[in-house]
Amino acid sequence: MEDAAPSAHIQTVSPYQNQKKAFVMNKQLDAHKAIQAIKSGMTIGIGGWGPRRKPMALVRELLRSDVKDLTVIAYGGADVGLLCAAGKVKKVIFAFVSLDFMPLEPAFRKARETGGIEVSEIDEGMMLLGLRAGAWGCPFIPTRVGLGTDVLRNNPDIAVIDSPYDHKEWVAMPALTPDVALIHATCADQRGVCQIASPDHYMDDWFARAAKHTIVSVDTMVSSEHFYDPAVARQVFWERNHTQAVVHIPGGAHPSSSDPIYGFDVEHYKDYGALIAEGGFDAWSHKYLGESEADYQAAVGGLASIHQLALPAY
Amino acid sequence: MTFSLAELMVCAASDVFEGDGEILATGIGLLPRLAASLAMRTCNPDMMMTDSQSFMLSRPNPVSGLRSHEGQANENWMGFSRIFDNVWSGARHALVGPSQIDRFGQTNISALGGTREAPKVQLLGVRGFPGNSISHANSFFVPKHSKRVFVAGECDVVCSIGYNPERLPKGYQLTDIDIRRVITDLCVMDFGGPNFQARVISLHPGVSLDEVRDNTGFDIAVSESLGETAHPTAEQLHIIAELDPKDARAKQLKDNPPGIRTTDEVSAS
Repeated sequence: MEDAAPSAHIQTVSPYQNQKKAFVMNKQLDAHKAIQAIKSGMTIGIGGWGPRRKPMALVRELLRSDVKDLTVIAYGGADVGLLCAAGKVKKVIFAFVSLDFMPLEPAFRKARETGGIEVSEIDEGMMLLGLRAGAWGCPFIPTRVGLGTDVLRNNPDIAVIDSPYDHKEWVAMPALTPDVALIHATCADQRGVCQIASPDHYMDDWFARAAKHTIVSVDTMVSSEHFYDPAVARQVFWERNHTQAVVHIPGGAHPSSSDPIYGFDVEHYKDYGALIAEGGFDAWSHKYLGESEADYQAAVGGLASIHQLALPAY
Repeated sequence: MTFSLAELMVCAASDVFEGDGEILATGIGLLPRLAASLAMRTCNPDMMMTDSQSFMLSRPNPVSGLRSHEGQANENWMGFSRIFDNVWSGARHALVGPSQIDRFGQTNISALGGTREAPKVQLLGVRGFPGNSISHANSFFVPKHSKRVFVAGECDVVCSIGYNPERLPKGYQLTDIDIRRVITDLCVMDFGGPNFQARVISLHPGVSLDEVRDNTGFDIAVSESLGETAHPTAEQLHIIAELDPKDARAKQLKDNPPGIRTTDEVSAS
């Protein structure tokens, strides 16, 4: 630090203030630019859960790109379904792919039954442990989960090891380290401080921590003062040094929910299911995908109608 | 007193939580969730359950007609990552509806037929079944008792560990596995037969043992104290109606059969 001796001839702006202004981080990008971090052959992790708070606008931007041969790790919904249907996926690491109210995700089901993709099917909790191991720099985390089941038979690369402390065998769940994570949050500032105001942040914090590069789409951009409220700061589940890009896309989770702003779009999911069943990815993309998110939102009835979607209640 | 088969099954399924004390009960699907909710209001008030979203509740929500989570009896936040902390502690009992169950009590919700590369029918995926089965108690709810569910061989994809000596991990005993009861539209079973064999412990009204055997793909034992499944009490039916004000339970079983059937009606169903 500079010696703080006051000097009469520096009056107007202090050098310290100049320096502070020069270094304010701005991670905000548009979707097209942000998605350029994803190259063919990479492993991507996608946050959210089934039909809830999926970074769908970022997924759509990926659908518009020429990226392929991806390995996808997700608690999957239509994000996984669409990427499989579009031929972008080499391998899926999953515990389920489901839209909850439609238990079987239509596009994933079709892709699996035609045998077009490799899979590594693991327990929901094993995925969490794999992400934690990735985030912590551990090669694996030991767990009982998976013992005695086909998860081990079907994943011969997941080792079972002896313990130095007891006489049991343990599954050594290997680290999952996505090259890029895609997440949808409620809001963020330009530095990448992200708030998830929904009832559950799922495993998004672990996706952000495990990935080398994290892209977060948000419904709203806020100033850093927004986080001065401790109740808001408690809804920040990872630190900004784990966010590399922020993309402002109001309605960007559609057709999944972004609770408390909008619920998931049951009617759209039904139409998606029907289109995939009848004409596959082309039928859906012809009707909805468009050249940009503006095209997509126009095709689904506009942002105002997305904001009207009722929150799910069970 | 009249009651439906769905109500009979809900009451029988509710009984699986009796004596569990302070455990997290999870009923997946409308009737299992109704059963767990009923248990919390009757035989096990100490039980814990969630709103199926992200909060633990001191009083169960209705399973039908809920418009919003506002004003529900929250107890603590219980996001999905925290569910695993509870699952792995062992203090949980799940009541789930597998697509296949084999003679070892192993289950499948992942995929049917075909090959690993291309299954004939892709189902949900293993979800949390592997972790649930090695960590805590599980019971099964089967809306339609058939050989398609109770398969002759092993499940197409073994998603949960059962009483199969060949798959028992090093350092484990079969007694470490905790499968409690199976509630179907014909009977209630457990795995209390010789060498953990599946065993019928009660038959629903009008159901014969032959009916159960004809619809099960493997040999089953019969409890010495085999009797008729207990009928719902007036109190249970009253609480069920309160927990399911829109009568969603009437739409869960094909044609919503009555709880008391003749042998011919059971065979024809």
